[in-house]
Amino acid sequence: MVAQPAGLLFSKDHEWVKLDGDIATIGISDYAQHSLGDIVYVELPRVGATLQQFAGIGVVESVKAVSDIFTPLGGEVVEINAAVEADASLVNREPYDGGWFYKLRLADDSEKKNLMSGDDYDKLIAEA
Amino acid sequence: MDEEPLRRTALFEVHRTLGARIVPFGGFEMPVQYAGILAEHDAVRKRAGLFDLSHMAQFELRGDDVAAWADALTVNHVAMMKPFQARYNIFTNAAGGAHDDVIFYRLPDRWLLIVNAGNAHKMWAYLEAERRGDVQLSDLRGETGLLAVQGPRSVEVLAPLVAADIAALKYYTCVETTAGGAAAIVARTGYTGEDGFEVFLPADAAVGLWDALLAEHHGVLAPCGLGARDVLRLEAGMPLYGHELTEEITPLQAGLGWAVKFAKPFFTGKAALEAQAAANAYPRIAGLVLDGRVPVRAGYRVLRDGTVAGEIRSGSIAPSVGNKSIGTALLDPASATAGTRLGVEVRGTEHPATTVALPFYKRG
Repeated sequence: MVAQPAGLLFSKDHEWVKLDGDIATIGISDYAQHSLGDIVYVELPRVGATLQQFAGIGVVESVKAVSDIFTPLGGEVVEINAAVEADASLVNREPYDGGWFYKLRLADDSEKKNLMSGDDYDKLIAEA
Repeated sequence: MDEEPLRRTALFEVHRTLGARIVPFGGFEMPVQYAGILAEHDAVRKRAGLFDLSHMAQFELRGDDVAAWADALTVNHVAMMKPFQARYNIFTNAAGGAHDDVIFYRLPDRWLLIVNAGNAHKMWAYLEAERRGDVQLSDLRGETGLLAVQGPRSVEVLAPLVAADIAALKYYTCVETTAGGAAAIVARTGYTGEDGFEVFLPADAAVGLWDALLAEHHGVLAPCGLGARDVLRLEAGMPLYGHELTEEITPLQAGLGWAVKFAKPFFTGKAALEAQAAANAYPRIAGLVLDGRVPVRAGYRVLRDGTVAGEIRSGSIAPSVGNKSIGTALLDPASATAGTRLGVEVRGTEHPATTVALPFYKRG
């Protein structure tokens, strides 16, 4: 288990968000990476793409399966993590650090209300 | 469809205790992984892996007519087998398609036939319906277990627990002996592309042997699930029923022509396979290696110059092939030639790939 950093927001689809002003960094939770198993490929949106909250915007693939990435917030993609495209196992090793997926500039700050705190997310996965 | 509830092998609780992720497979609840598919794959290629294959159906055949009867239903030689030989074989339908791919083990007084778990019901019904003369069939499912030890250190791992000298056992032969103190058949066979053994033993002895092997070879022998097994067999170019071989895909199409003995006077599907071989225009299984990293999955379309050339039948990232993305595809004959440049359609985007001869991996 990788410790969950404080201050993150989560979606019920197991994505996390770290907010820094109007820039959101997005990845998948430790629970999600563990459930997927060995991650071998990540397909991310392009820089400049405009994403709608909760839309399927990419995929993460384990040896056995393809899973959609649903963006937890809407906005414009300003950066993608080339390191996880080159070595997807980073998502297994460092889901909350080196394994982040992309950053976007928030379109609508009020979309945060559709996300949950780390504590609420822990409760959700404890019930899963 | 199979309406029966899922079955469990004798090792089910052992798998759970080891932290295995359990999935339905072939009518059983089976471990797909323990530590992780890639770590388990690595153990088998470099050291040794331990698999529970007790879900595979074991049928016992007895009677004076077994050999001649089985020769008429399968593409490979049966009667020519000597005691303690094992042989890969395929039961074919009239059109030459495959009912199942199997292994026959000949013992002095009987035969053991190992059938894919997913085909167990179909094959039992088929064999019963086709039974002629002095042929007695028994279904050993539930009574016998099957463990496999696979990898370069298999002899070192298994030999101390087996009475017979398994280091001297030739590939595709077997011996009746004891393993972990229980009566067992130990065969030098497997489905990983490595040296290794398969051990048939009473179901109630399977847990004891499993525990003894892991206890004595901690750090060398890793429990391995069906996920690693699938990657290992794909790299080694071995067919998986339902993917490279089906009721519609013949042994010739699957690249298993070496197992089809046209010299046999008769077998079900022989005429169809002879015609297919003569015309030589059939779609066939070939290997693909992607230029990029995107994994390919069964059902993805394969394109050549913008036209459909076939479809992916299996795919994976291949740790033993430089971590490349590989797959098998059923391709039109021209596209199946090694070196052909193709594309695989993944979520609407074409990813370049090259046809290669199978296998992808051969042990050194």
